[in-house]
Amino acid sequence: MKEIKVLGSGCAKCTKAAELIKSVASECGAAVNVIKETNPEVIMNYGVMRTPAIVVDRVLVHSGSIPEKEQIEGWLK
Amino acid sequence: MVTGGKAFASTLAVSNDEETNHQDTGNRNLLLTSLSLCLSPGKEEKMLSIFTKLANWLAYSVFGLEPGSQLGGAVQFFIEDTTKIFFLLVAMIYCIALIRASLDIERVRDYLAGKSRFIGYFMGSTFGAITPFCSCSSIPVFLGFTSGGIPIGITMSFLLTSPLINEVVVLLLLGLVGWKITVIYVLVGMAVGIAGGIFLDLIRAEKLLQPFALKAYQSAKPLNERNRERPKLSMKDRHDFAKRELFDILARVWKWVFIGVGLGAALHGFVPTAWIEGNLGSGQWWSVPAAVLLGIPLYSNATGVIPVMESLIAKGLPLGTTMAFCMSTVAASFPEFILLKQVMTWKLLVIIFVLLLASFTIVGWTLNLIG
Repeated sequence: MKEIKVLGSGCAKCTKAAELIKSVASECGAAVNVIKETNPEVIMNYGVMRTPAIVVDRVLVHSGSIPEKEQIEGWLK
Repeated sequence: MVTGGKAFASTLAVSNDEETNHQDTGNRNLLLTSLSLCLSPGKEEKMLSIFTKLANWLAYSVFGLEPGSQLGGAVQFFIEDTTKIFFLLVAMIYCIALIRASLDIERVRDYLAGKSRFIGYFMGSTFGAITPFCSCSSIPVFLGFTSGGIPIGITMSFLLTSPLINEVVVLLLLGLVGWKITVIYVLVGMAVGIAGGIFLDLIRAEKLLQPFALKAYQSAKPLNERNRERPKLSMKDRHDFAKRELFDILARVWKWVFIGVGLGAALHGFVPTAWIEGNLGSGQWWSVPAAVLLGIPLYSNATGVIPVMESLIAKGLPLGTTMAFCMSTVAASFPEFILLKQVMTWKLLVIIFVLLLASFTIVGWTLNLIG
């Protein structure tokens, strides 16, 4: 099971990004655990300056926008 | 716009096989071309007078309002300003986003990290004005800069200037109040950002950060990704970026345009010029701090405040008082200060808040004296 973290201060875009990931995951039947991370210290330690940012299994894969559907499918494989 | 398009096409043709710095020069030329288009007064008036005519026609012919009446004046003002503002926003946000697609916050940080203090304050403030970022990113940006070893003052020059000046503000000012006030506004905004940054470093503000932020600053290592690969942007990438920016910004500001223009129109139609001129027109000293204080609870973004500014100036409110009021409304807002609490102690927050209020007051007094 993949652990996906959405980093961001809780703005509308971060919420949307998390929802999109959940819906894509259920579409393609992938088991994921989506966590919203709002702690600024944690976000800093990932070196992220543009939110929402996405971390898949502790690796930063995306930063600065709501990801595209195709990108998400790529991470879930 | 046609000239801009041509320059841009040739820029792209060049940049395909040349170095990035040539591309930047090309971009700068394009920027200058578009700016000079906005600045040449003849063209601007001709281009934008369409909206005056449209508003006159709608308000007086279609709605049948009396041209000299209070309601007629307010409605005409509202139609003219909303149509003009949305036209300017759509056209120019897209064009500017095409140019700055390659400017991202990481690049700005890498650049600022290598600079001496005094160039740093100036560049921090400049980048604050031209780098796109939404206020919900201000905390990650602050921490990213701090943990990259950039002094707090330079980071704050960036963050203080950012809400005050951006391309939308400059465009609206040019379209609504003319280039002279635009230049004054930009200079004042940058001066406040730079002076604020210098002051915060002088009082060693980093000691007043939250402990984890202070620790990140003190243990900052030199950035080692300075030479990381940057993907070349194709025309399609730029177009996609610009389209996204356009929708993002419009989604964020459209309601402020209506609120701002609505207030501006109400002022325009219903507040008698004689009253403002008689009571506030000679720039009484207390009117500036009063304007600043009044601006604090009125939280607006810059897009909303500029139509109000247009109306106030037209009503004879002195420029210094107007500017103090508008900047205080935009920059001294409680919701955003509360956000900063995550990385700063209360003491530092209060210092920055008072610093902003004091600078807007001084700016207001100075402009009133000169004007």
